[in-house]
Amino acid sequence: MITVMKPGLQDTIQDAGRTGYQKFGVVVGGAMDPFSHRVANFLVGNEGQEATVEMSLVGPRLLFEQDAVISICGGNLQPKIAGVPVPAWKPVFIRKGSELAFGAAVAGSRAYLAIAGGIDVPVVMNSRSTYVKAKIGGLEGRALRKGDVLPIANSTGIPASIKQRLKTQEASFRAPDWQIATTLLPNLSNRYVIRVMRGRQYDLFDEQSQNDFWNKSFTVSSLSDRMGYRINGPSLTLKKQTEMISEAVTYGSIQVPADGNPIILAADRQTTGGYPKIGQISSINFTKLAQAKAGDQLTFNEVTITESQKLMAIQEKNLKELRAAILTKFR
Amino acid sequence: MRYNLFPVGDQAVLIEVGTEISPAAEKIVNRIIARLEELKPAWLIEYIPAYTTVTVVYSVKGFNEKNPYDFVCTCIRELLENMNEVSVREQRVVKIPVLYGDDHGSDIDFVAAHNGLTREEVICIHTSGEYTVHMIGFAPGFPFIGGMSEKIAAPRRETPRLQIPSRTVGIAGLQTGVYPIESPGGWQLIGRTPLELFLPNTDPPSLLTAGDRIRFYEITLEQYKEMRGGVE
Repeated sequence: MITVMKPGLQDTIQDAGRTGYQKFGVVVGGAMDPFSHRVANFLVGNEGQEATVEMSLVGPRLLFEQDAVISICGGNLQPKIAGVPVPAWKPVFIRKGSELAFGAAVAGSRAYLAIAGGIDVPVVMNSRSTYVKAKIGGLEGRALRKGDVLPIANSTGIPASIKQRLKTQEASFRAPDWQIATTLLPNLSNRYVIRVMRGRQYDLFDEQSQNDFWNKSFTVSSLSDRMGYRINGPSLTLKKQTEMISEAVTYGSIQVPADGNPIILAADRQTTGGYPKIGQISSINFTKLAQAKAGDQLTFNEVTITESQKLMAIQEKNLKELRAAILTKFR
Repeated sequence: MRYNLFPVGDQAVLIEVGTEISPAAEKIVNRIIARLEELKPAWLIEYIPAYTTVTVVYSVKGFNEKNPYDFVCTCIRELLENMNEVSVREQRVVKIPVLYGDDHGSDIDFVAAHNGLTREEVICIHTSGEYTVHMIGFAPGFPFIGGMSEKIAAPRRETPRLQIPSRTVGIAGLQTGVYPIESPGGWQLIGRTPLELFLPNTDPPSLLTAGDRIRFYEITLEQYKEMRGGVE
């Protein structure tokens, strides 16, 4: 069990998402940064899709009522235990009675706290992900509050051996001396170059807008959340105003409403949309979008679907190898 | 059957069967859904039907194809052949009770005045229509409903409301619909139904599905309260 002593700005329980219900208008949700979420789970011996705590910009203060093996991945929200920084991208043994306190983001914007066994909130429609608007998933379908208690699922096998390895007599936490190859870690910055495929309505935009889209930079607006990011830059306009029939949208769809300011749809996006899509963010760059915060600059580089899917295959291979390597460490 | 395939990012393919909303396009969409449900291909994660399109979300992880997009497109083309034998689900008629006006539908007098009608006439026209659910989308269980009479059409509010209670029935232009969950919105609110449209704990989680026929009928405050069973 973990008790929330003080909530962060927006802490929600997230897993790999609620798939299979978009035909009923139910959003997919899930971790905004699927890469960090998965790696965090791998590091504590989980399969990868288990529920974690997703925190944004300012993290919570959490009291561990039991010994646990945790990991923190994604943006740097300055995790500390008893004033001592806790290393990220590593498994960490945390002793019963210790308080894990996050601060404000100094790099990136979202961090994931994984716990061996996963957070054991009820499954709603195949997922534990919190969807605040429909008040489902997570803890009563809402962000964490002071006094909330997070149940931890029992972990067996590997996590037990991690615990055994790292458990010491005195310290309130301990991490191993190895870490993930830095080449695999996301580059957190204030400027992100994001790979984008042409959207289905790309050709409806005028030439100036198409050029601006690839050549100018866009600023992430403060009106950005798990549903979507508004970005400001050159105004994007259609050759002629057309009324579109609503159709499916996905994570990474870049829609352009009549005001010319793009909206990049994210994890909690609606299932369908009626605005023309100029682009589609490459799946392997969801991390960059999820870690971008208000004021950060985004520029878009064109890729084809084939290139994008090749990069996905490489990432998948890397993740499989990473998981295998992590498991070896604890054998 | 004529159709076009388009990518929607690197994990979805959109099947477009028409460029205008029509009963013919709707029929083909329903046939494609039936076919997908019947065959359940291994690479299919889920599908999202709309007015003239069906978008299939596929898994890139599952297979070792060099070019998953081309592979899935080939599979879809095969799947869409011989579609004639697929039987489509029968249309249901779902009756939706509505408590019209007052606090539950505070814009009903605006809708009446806009069309030179009385409140009672608006209710009469709204409840005499035969409607069709074209698609579920935008929000959990949110039905896109066609078939409203233009006699009660009304423009969206100039300033959208920040919070519309769940189960509120509204009108926007020629559309009518029900907000399943509390959300912001610019529709003119005419009433509220005691029925839940989004049912997270049942399977399926939506009261309505595309293709359903709908009829609205008026209820009193007492009936509304009774149907809610004391739950608000």
